[in-house]
Amino acid sequence: MHNTHVNRRNFLRLTALGAGAAGIGTGSTAKPASAAPVETKAKFLILGAGAAGTALANRLSDRLNGAEITLLDPRQDHYYQPGYTLIAAGLKPSGYSVTKTSDWLPQSVNWIAESAAEIDPDAKTVTTTGGTTLDYDYLVVATGLKLDYEAIDGMSLDLIGTNGIGSVYAGPEFAAKTWAAMDRFTDEGGVGLFTRPATEMKCAGAPLKYTFLTDDYARRKGNRGKVEMLYAADSGSFFSVPIVNEKVRMLYDERGVKSVYDHVMTAIDPGRKVATFQTPDGPREIGFDFTNVIPPMRAHDVVKNSPLSWKTGKWVGEGWVEVDKTTLRHSRYSDVFAVGDVAGVPKGKTAASVKWQVPVVEDHLVAQIQGKEGTQTYNGYTSCPLITKIGRAMLVEFDYQNNLTPSFPGLIAPLEELWVSWLMKEVALKATYNAMLRGRA
Amino acid sequence: MQELTPGMMIAVFEEIFGPIVFWAMVAAAIAITIAYFYVLIRDRSMSMRKFLLAQLSMPVGAVAAIWFVQVMTHSGISDLGGPIDVIVYLAVGAVGAIGMAILVYTLQSLIRGKPLQCW
Repeated sequence: MHNTHVNRRNFLRLTALGAGAAGIGTGSTAKPASAAPVETKAKFLILGAGAAGTALANRLSDRLNGAEITLLDPRQDHYYQPGYTLIAAGLKPSGYSVTKTSDWLPQSVNWIAESAAEIDPDAKTVTTTGGTTLDYDYLVVATGLKLDYEAIDGMSLDLIGTNGIGSVYAGPEFAAKTWAAMDRFTDEGGVGLFTRPATEMKCAGAPLKYTFLTDDYARRKGNRGKVEMLYAADSGSFFSVPIVNEKVRMLYDERGVKSVYDHVMTAIDPGRKVATFQTPDGPREIGFDFTNVIPPMRAHDVVKNSPLSWKTGKWVGEGWVEVDKTTLRHSRYSDVFAVGDVAGVPKGKTAASVKWQVPVVEDHLVAQIQGKEGTQTYNGYTSCPLITKIGRAMLVEFDYQNNLTPSFPGLIAPLEELWVSWLMKEVALKATYNAMLRGRA
Repeated sequence: MQELTPGMMIAVFEEIFGPIVFWAMVAAAIAITIAYFYVLIRDRSMSMRKFLLAQLSMPVGAVAAIWFVQVMTHSGISDLGGPIDVIVYLAVGAVGAIGMAILVYTLQSLIRGKPLQCW
């Protein structure tokens, strides 16, 4: 018995080394928040207690003494979103991704269980849905994003798990329902239709992973011959990083996953099991027996309709916060930052990015309090353990320039399907995420 | 390669197992190691007979460790995809083998007590 423990400990020492570094990135900027506390009376208001808001609240609470930190979020549950794929693959129960928001917050933080209803960065106030007006010295927007299911005609959350319709992103329970639908599909066979939206999205590797996982289940069950797999890409590629895109294209070819490009889902008819796509040649209908619906993603209305969102350029309709992509400081309001999914930066809607972004925002906020300039920068680092079957993944890490940024060059090859990379996703990623939430990683 | 502090790693391990189980495992590992050195020092020699049994138990430890990892990670030997996978597998097996050998040797020594001095 003891022996098993010794083995487990040593084994995980080996593997978690990687997970910490690569799974969600150790981040050169992830300096432990243990330097001497800075005295301040400043008022911080953080909107959102997801991965970014919680991690920042913990780090600021460690770094600052006397600060007033308020966190606004109505949700009682905290969701570990990287776990959704594992739930939707039948490998973890839905409870795997659910904890309590209160479990992660330091006592010194004042958590108000309400949403923001209005943001006024000129007056430096935020009005809550309960009607309270909060003033701040520094505002951090970490509200995450909105899954805009309404933008797909005929789609609604209650359809998930019925009529062959799945949607991994919608939440832990919905991920579990998606698994039930995928399990049924890989038993019975038919057409599996996989999509992604044309907007910015969180974890752009997830739609690809789920296609691989469905293919793998069909093979394991001996039913691959009964299954036709089709991936409908929204643009001319599967993935924004060209070298990764090519690798995925090769793997899809090898696995017999067919593909179409420039197809954006606009409507779904559950009764007929038909999805409608907008294509360069006009609308096109494609039938399915199972589909993973991924809706367009946008900033929540309170952010989108505030002065903080992009007012020009390609993101006007999506409403992301207009920040400098290296410092995450607002381009027009110097006391406002955005971190996590809601930040209007070209990449970085993953937990791995959050891990790198949070210390940058912390650095600039603390420096500003001290009358200095922050020095840390975010280079767009994003990590995606791109699962290619149960038991294997490619540990893809990249930056704004589409450069691959492997944490273990020469050891863990980014474009190789490895068991070690799978191991990180399955075993050590959540632990690293949790440590990040507590401000310890 | 990025910064990877011991504090960060401990935080990750505490999250994997929970702080109580993690530190209990650390304590168990330390206790077994101390017991091992205790019997070595007490007996002033390695008993080749005990060591033989310990050696025989090594493959069991190696297989058990690899099996444990496979079960924990929903994967099997066919998932090995590159050299690093094989290296990690071998390392897991080696750690299991050594851990089992130490445990078996120590338990034999503790149970059978100090050997009689006979020549």
